[in-house]
Amino acid sequence: MTTPPGLFLRGSARIDAKPLFGPVDVTLPAGRWTCLLGPSGVGKSTILKLFADLATGVSFDGTFGSSDGAPLAGRIALMAQEDLLMPWLDLRQNVSLGARLRRERPPSDLAETLLAEVGLTEHIRKHPAELSGGQRQRVALARTLMEDRPVVLLDEPFSALDARTRADMQDLAADKLAGRTVLHVTHDPGEAARLGHQILVLTETQLIKVPAPHSAIPRPVDSAEVLDLQARLLNQLRQDS
Amino acid sequence: MTLSGLKTWHRVALSLCVGLALWHGVVVVFDLPKFILPAPQLVAETLWKSRALLAEHAVITIFEVIAGLVLGATIGGLTAIWLASSKTAEVLVRPLLVFSQTIPVFALAPLLTLWLGYGLLSKIAMALLIIFFPVTSAFFDALVRTPSGWLGLAQVMGASKWQIMRQIRIPAALPGFASGLRLAAVYAPIGAIIGEWVGASKGLGYLMLLANGRAKIDLMFAALVVLAFFTLLLHTCVDRFCVKILNQHR
Repeated sequence: MTTPPGLFLRGSARIDAKPLFGPVDVTLPAGRWTCLLGPSGVGKSTILKLFADLATGVSFDGTFGSSDGAPLAGRIALMAQEDLLMPWLDLRQNVSLGARLRRERPPSDLAETLLAEVGLTEHIRKHPAELSGGQRQRVALARTLMEDRPVVLLDEPFSALDARTRADMQDLAADKLAGRTVLHVTHDPGEAARLGHQILVLTETQLIKVPAPHSAIPRPVDSAEVLDLQARLLNQLRQDS
Repeated sequence: MTLSGLKTWHRVALSLCVGLALWHGVVVVFDLPKFILPAPQLVAETLWKSRALLAEHAVITIFEVIAGLVLGATIGGLTAIWLASSKTAEVLVRPLLVFSQTIPVFALAPLLTLWLGYGLLSKIAMALLIIFFPVTSAFFDALVRTPSGWLGLAQVMGASKWQIMRQIRIPAALPGFASGLRLAAVYAPIGAIIGEWVGASKGLGYLMLLANGRAKIDLMFAALVVLAFFTLLLHTCVDRFCVKILNQHR
């Protein structure tokens, strides 16, 4: 992995003539985990897609890129909202999709290791259709980790998981992605409070930077600072509706 | 026991019996001469007596149909991939393909005989032409409808255009190819028979014309039965094949 760059995005976006989000100034510090929180439909995913160069149908007025000025292509791993598993590939092949598509030899056994870490060892030969929604999302997480990129974009990566698995996967992701520049779009204030070095709340009218604790991530679910932050974030979200 | 409780096989046999009984009934009630509509048992008799003759001509037709099907599916599949991977090809060639469908393929049969002769080639070409468009069009439509999420993911992963085509668009479009192929299995025999009607010295189509000319309507029906049976068999085999490739690519 190369040194992770910081990311920035300054500007506003429209879909046709309708404004999506107003002028915002998003800065993702290098090597840190940023949570982007907000209600549905305010353009959180659009910001993520702009970084991945996938924002179609949106006209963006402004600039975005990396702090080191080099192009982002080839330095990003993306986990979209949908799991996007290929139904004709088994789990191991799905997890090493990136290497397959680039005609590279994937690091040996890494796919198996990652599938074990997301708790799917016994399903390794199965196809996605045989899995539950939560299991599929864990395969998509393993595929994202497999890419080993300095910049990681996660769009509601734990939304389909049950509470226990979600906490486990948050721990795993925080461990595996330590030191990388992460943009994590989420609806869940508790998740943001556990994982964000930086927490941004995007609403219909503005982008608010909510001060986050300086403690290491993942923060324990039952710590006072996490519970307090979670409550403040929820209040913030409700206030702006 | 109700009818819906029967196995598929039994239902087919039952409806066949009903059909044969109706056929026999029509012949008896209207007292039709055998040169208009021969009774089923007469056709069955001819089928058995002329089995060598029928087999000799059936082999030719079967070869034409299978060769046309394989070539048509291959060329149609490659054309669809070409059209889907090149914007230029789509803009320049696709309208031409659609326009070519305004010409009834049957009308080309005499030309094909003129160019390719009375042998197998003109019949294979006819079968090929008649299935080319359904295969190309079904596969092409599926190839241009790859879910955009998959394409975006592949793009972020740094895949080349050709790898996206080979590893994502083509496997994702196989159900479309399969439905084109199923249609082709039914159309290909039509093409071969038309080709034989226009000019041939062998094949079931030729035999039907010959039998008709000599008022041997029972032989004509026997050839028709062989053709129908073969088409059914072909359709079943192609269907099995499609289910198999789709299972591998579910």
